[in-house]
Amino acid sequence: MAEERVIGIDLGTTNSLVAFMYNERPIVIPGEDGLNLVPSVVALDVQTDPTARPTVVVGNGAHKSLMLFPDRAVYSVKRLMGRGAEDVQDELKLFPFRLADNIQSGEVLRIRLGEMEFTPPEISAYILRQLKRNAERYFGGTVTKAVITVPAYFNDAQRQATKDAGRMAGLDVLRLVNEPTAAALAYGLDREKEGIIAVYDLGGGTFDISILKLQDGIFEVIATNGDTHLGGDDIDNLLIALAIDDIRGDLGVDVRSSAEAIQAIRKAVIEAKIELSSADSSRLEVELPEGHHYCREITRVQLEALIKPVLERTIGPVRQALRDSGLTSEQIGEVVLVGGSTRIPAVRHVVDNLFQLAARGKKPHTELNPDEVVALGAAVQANILAGGSKATEDMLLLDVTPLSLGIEALGGVVAKIIDRNSTIPASSTEHFTTGVDGQTNVAIHVLQGERELAKDCRSLARFDLKGIPPMSAGLPRIEVRFLIDANGILHVSAREQRSGKQAEVEVKPTYGLTDEQVETMILESFDYAEEDFHVRQVIEARNEADTILAAVEKAPQHPAWQQLSAEERTEIARLDRELLGIKQGDNLPAIRQATEALDKATRRFAELMMDQAVSSAIQGETMESASTKLGQGPTAPHEIAPAEFK
Amino acid sequence: MPTAEEKFVDVACWSCAAPVVHAQLFCASCGKVQPAHSGADYFEVFGLSRKLAIDTTSLEREFYRLSRRLHPDVYTRASEQEQNWSLRNASLLNDAYRTLKEPIARTEYFLRLEGVEIQEEGKQASDRKNPSRVPDDLLEEVFELNMQLEEMRMTRKTGDDDPDLRQDLLTAKQQFEAQLAETDNFIQQLWQERDEALASNFDFGDQIKQRMVAALDRRRYIRNLVRDVNETLDT
Ligand SMILES: [Zn+2]
Repeated sequence: MAEERVIGIDLGTTNSLVAFMYNERPIVIPGEDGLNLVPSVVALDVQTDPTARPTVVVGNGAHKSLMLFPDRAVYSVKRLMGRGAEDVQDELKLFPFRLADNIQSGEVLRIRLGEMEFTPPEISAYILRQLKRNAERYFGGTVTKAVITVPAYFNDAQRQATKDAGRMAGLDVLRLVNEPTAAALAYGLDREKEGIIAVYDLGGGTFDISILKLQDGIFEVIATNGDTHLGGDDIDNLLIALAIDDIRGDLGVDVRSSAEAIQAIRKAVIEAKIELSSADSSRLEVELPEGHHYCREITRVQLEALIKPVLERTIGPVRQALRDSGLTSEQIGEVVLVGGSTRIPAVRHVVDNLFQLAARGKKPHTELNPDEVVALGAAVQANILAGGSKATEDMLLLDVTPLSLGIEALGGVVAKIIDRNSTIPASSTEHFTTGVDGQTNVAIHVLQGERELAKDCRSLARFDLKGIPPMSAGLPRIEVRFLIDANGILHVSAREQRSGKQAEVEVKPTYGLTDEQVETMILESFDYAEEDFHVRQVIEARNEADTILAAVEKAPQHPAWQQLSAEERTEIARLDRELLGIKQGDNLPAIRQATEALDKATRRFAELMMDQAVSSAIQGETMESASTKLGQGPTAPHEIAPAEFK
Repeated sequence: MPTAEEKFVDVACWSCAAPVVHAQLFCASCGKVQPAHSGADYFEVFGLSRKLAIDTTSLEREFYRLSRRLHPDVYTRASEQEQNWSLRNASLLNDAYRTLKEPIARTEYFLRLEGVEIQEEGKQASDRKNPSRVPDDLLEEVFELNMQLEEMRMTRKTGDDDPDLRQDLLTAKQQFEAQLAETDNFIQQLWQERDEALASNFDFGDQIKQRMVAALDRRRYIRNLVRDVNETLDT
């Protein structure tokens, strides 16, 4: 087998990508459709046979369902990762998420898709599985290890949910990397820069700001801040609200309850928004149900006035990150822009003001495609974890935890035990005791956030320290170690010091899935869908065989065929028959070998065909029509690289 | 905690059997990560004696050097055991660096290590419940400030602002910030005294430590005042 590949994945709110380091450069791996971006949309096929299990469609295929069958499709699911019913009420007003009816407080959300229900990690797992398959198709071999990026400001539950999604998709998630940090890695590959950089990352649904110090290949994050519910989606929603108001005013139609109408409007406003990044005005045009037609002109000036409040919400986190880093904006040497929303001129204006770039004769970095840079950085980190290469040998990423970790103390106040912006892994050891004679349990409530009261922070988990030897009140000394690992995920261990007994820690994640639940979701989602990689490969190999067989079948009609020797023609016919027989079976290497052999035997024929096409082009035909005639000859390049087998 | 003798007993590297000095987080001979020593203190992690004046530039250099050896990224393909040791040792290194690079955190850590009971800076939540005693020389200023703060809060509650009062508060805040800087300088002066006392084997230890505790209390008190002003003015 080839050496183990580790892929880098950007699991985005709007789009997802998979990338890999190839010859010392990170590249994005395209999907079967040749496109780099896989829309983060998941849909259920419409069933013709009601007894069959519906098929899950991901990406551009699912995009169509979003318009036609909105109740069978879901997008922006990243907004729901690691969250409970209580804290998504605002998103529910703005996004067409259809939640299951009977979700209990503190329980993981379930989203209805057609007649089925899925948790957010399961939906994300389908996206990840698609990316994994794209990579496997590209390599012609299995992929089991990945680095996945998350917003820097994701909390423990959101990170854990992302990791769970990876596991459900059959991926061993070697590391969760913060998106802005990944972008810095992608940019850092080319330069031996020293200094302070800021990464301003405004994506589809999240905003992050990270300040890093670069020195001798060390990428040390000094401070990070952000808002996990701020992004291009919010801009879209403002435009949608504007259109809905217009439609009610002008046409007297209330489209709010029509999912199809909302989706049509959403599509139109996104197009207008994108156009307004380069044009001064754009036309918003939507065909509505019942023959209504909505059309209006929107100028860039209007858009900028409308979205100003959204963009201003990025200022607070930037200022806080600067304060935390102990730096002034003038001390920031370079600013990197990440995320599709940073294409908006008004966003660039905000960034310029924040860091006085123009005034200092500087420009923000946008050389790498803002939609791809995070995935490219994930591939760089994947390469580092896979053992590194010449390009990455000196690189080391030292990231931080974005939020302070605390425990609930008497009176509902939070005692901070690990401050935000601490380099991870980070740990803290705390001591607890009992309040009542003979008490054998101590409950601990762990929280994440900056506020002073527990009720204002995010509840991460409640731990029960069990099995404490019965003693007088205050006598037991229980040492609890809190450790945030390099993924930003919390681990807890405990020990009663007097008895030396390992106390049992029972973790009840507040909005998380238990290990057992994750296990069942792997089985439920991928029972037979994932099946065997081998089966899929055989199918793909047969398709390849069919392509070449079809070409050979047509070959005798081409004048070039007559130029082959009798032996050559006999040999092709023999290999053709052989492949026909072998492809019926499921011996993968044999199918590949026979395909390869037929391909080789027909190579001269393909060259002859090419010569004739070129000479006919010289005789007056255009090159274009000549190449159309050539069509997919037997040696048409295979999109799928041959797998490496021992 | 291990006894003093135990601390200096070398152990053998689990991989190459070369002697590994206590608190060394990886083997100097083969480079492999070592089982975590629970007894190692933050100074020892960096191979430093327990001195308070630290050159933070060389501390950073050492932090980077050790990070390259210990970070979990380097152990992704190692055994699970080594991954666990790396996680533990890297977190110890990070905890140590975080504490030692900040003057106040370093001073507090030092005092705790020396067995002195102190209020911890990080646990802000408890500060409001048990405000420290007002330093005598600040009594009058603090009284005045609290009056002004109360007045400002009342004004702001009605949605108004009082530019003159705001200016007064900002001036007061600047004065307290200057005192904060003064206290920081004083603490650093105490470091020198203590490090010199240690070097000359002359035991002023306890007396200096008590002055450090008092300086930290004072600093915490002033810092809370500045925070109150910021919160009231919403800056
Ligand atoms: Zn060794």
